[in-house]
Amino acid sequence: MNQIRTILEGVGSALRLFLRAVSYARTMPSKWEFARLIEQCYVIGYTTLPIVTILCFVIGGVLALQSGYSMESFGAQQFIGSLVGLSMARELGPMMVAILLAGRVGSAITAELASMTVSQEVDALVTMNIPPARMLVLPRLAGVLFMMPVLTVIANIVGWFGGAIVCKYTGFISVNPDQYFSTLRKYVKFKDIFDGVIKAEVFGFFVVLVCCNIGLNTRGGSREIGIAVTRAVVVSLVLILVLDYFTTKVLISIPGI
Amino acid sequence: MPATQTSTRRFFSAEESPAVGVTVEKLSKSYGKLEVLKDLSFEVNPGEIFVLMGPSGSGKSVFLRHAIGLEAPTSGRVLINGHDVLGEDIREHVRMGLVFQAGALFNSLSVYDNLALYPREHRVGSEKQIRERVMQMLKLLSLDDTADKYPSDLSGGMRKRVAIARSLVMEPQLLLYDEPTSELDPVMSATIDEIIATLRKQYRVTSIVVSHDRDLALSIADRVGILMGGQLIYIGTPDSLKHPEDPRVADFLNPRIDLEHPRFKRT
Repeated sequence: MNQIRTILEGVGSALRLFLRAVSYARTMPSKWEFARLIEQCYVIGYTTLPIVTILCFVIGGVLALQSGYSMESFGAQQFIGSLVGLSMARELGPMMVAILLAGRVGSAITAELASMTVSQEVDALVTMNIPPARMLVLPRLAGVLFMMPVLTVIANIVGWFGGAIVCKYTGFISVNPDQYFSTLRKYVKFKDIFDGVIKAEVFGFFVVLVCCNIGLNTRGGSREIGIAVTRAVVVSLVLILVLDYFTTKVLISIPGI
Repeated sequence: MPATQTSTRRFFSAEESPAVGVTVEKLSKSYGKLEVLKDLSFEVNPGEIFVLMGPSGSGKSVFLRHAIGLEAPTSGRVLINGHDVLGEDIREHVRMGLVFQAGALFNSLSVYDNLALYPREHRVGSEKQIRERVMQMLKLLSLDDTADKYPSDLSGGMRKRVAIARSLVMEPQLLLYDEPTSELDPVMSATIDEIIATLRKQYRVTSIVVSHDRDLALSIADRVGILMGGQLIYIGTPDSLKHPEDPRVADFLNPRIDLEHPRFKRT
């Protein structure tokens, strides 16, 4: 019963934080607020790019290898391009970016905000009539909404190339890049890429909101900061999986243009 | 000023920032079954330095958090110039600052940016005016050469002074201090006392100081309150504190070391 209450309190608190942050979005940002947005775009986008690139390249390659191994037995290797292309665009690209975001950026957000809360920096902001939702949460939410599409599209492209290289240099697959990209182009539609970007936006938004909320509600000392970071990452990962099911269900019910 | 305002305003002069009075009405606070504040009622006059003393754990810091609206009481209220401190628009009527015990400086910002944060966020003055104001406050507190340093590079005393300077940039009408002289050497404590007294003189700031520093209370306070077990057991002038009638007050202010019957062994 207590766990259900904790979950409901968390949902309510995150919702309130979101509404407060959004209520400040209507004002024209000052140059300082704009600078904070750029900083968050840098942290969320640029610093996450190397690990996204490496992981998605390998995922694309492994996907091609596994599907090549299975498809070889009934001579369907020429369709590997479409399989890797669709899997990366619709599922693995956004999912991997979101998981990396939770582990790398989400944990850092929770640690920073929890530390600020524990050391009374957040209280200091309140006494200065600077709402933490405006200064600490809004730039992060805006930053993730700007950067998730960029990261997801890069993740898709890198994953596709990872698959193409594996297809070319693996003896039992031996599909050349022209064949690979020709089937990829034939079967991967703009809607598939767009749906993946929408999913990434949803995942990224909720990961950042949850991580901010847990950070700002941390009480105690350094031990509690550690617990908060662990909780934020675990909740984010579970949330990504749950949201993945529902967003996929909604998006496949919407017909393509 | 509302946080969402987009136009720029100028800094106020000292004459445009009249001091405010504080009224505490039957303030009580409980955490579960633990009663921390019990029916506190008193007034702080505009421009006054009111020192709230008491042993550790008596509820002084909890009172401060209520006085500035960081926490809601279980019952009772705090009024500043007649406005409830928990009212949404209180900070549009009254500018108030709190000097936290540990400073609560923003560790990721330099000293200059810590001080410039408030005017930048509230769009007070141009960047040139902000620089002038910040440097003026740093100079007032002998911190001119720390502008580019980060809080982690500063000593405890410097951090406290930076915290005071940061509050002053907000042009406060009410300034609350949480243990401003704790963990400081006697000379630095005296310096902080002088700063608090000077600010009242120069800016007519109403000050509520929470402390267990007897010297501070006796030297700069207009009135002193003593909080024990969440109750205000004494309120009066520093002079009257020199010969207190209440034995609890006398024992708190002039504790005798009794090796025959040490306090920690008394039941």
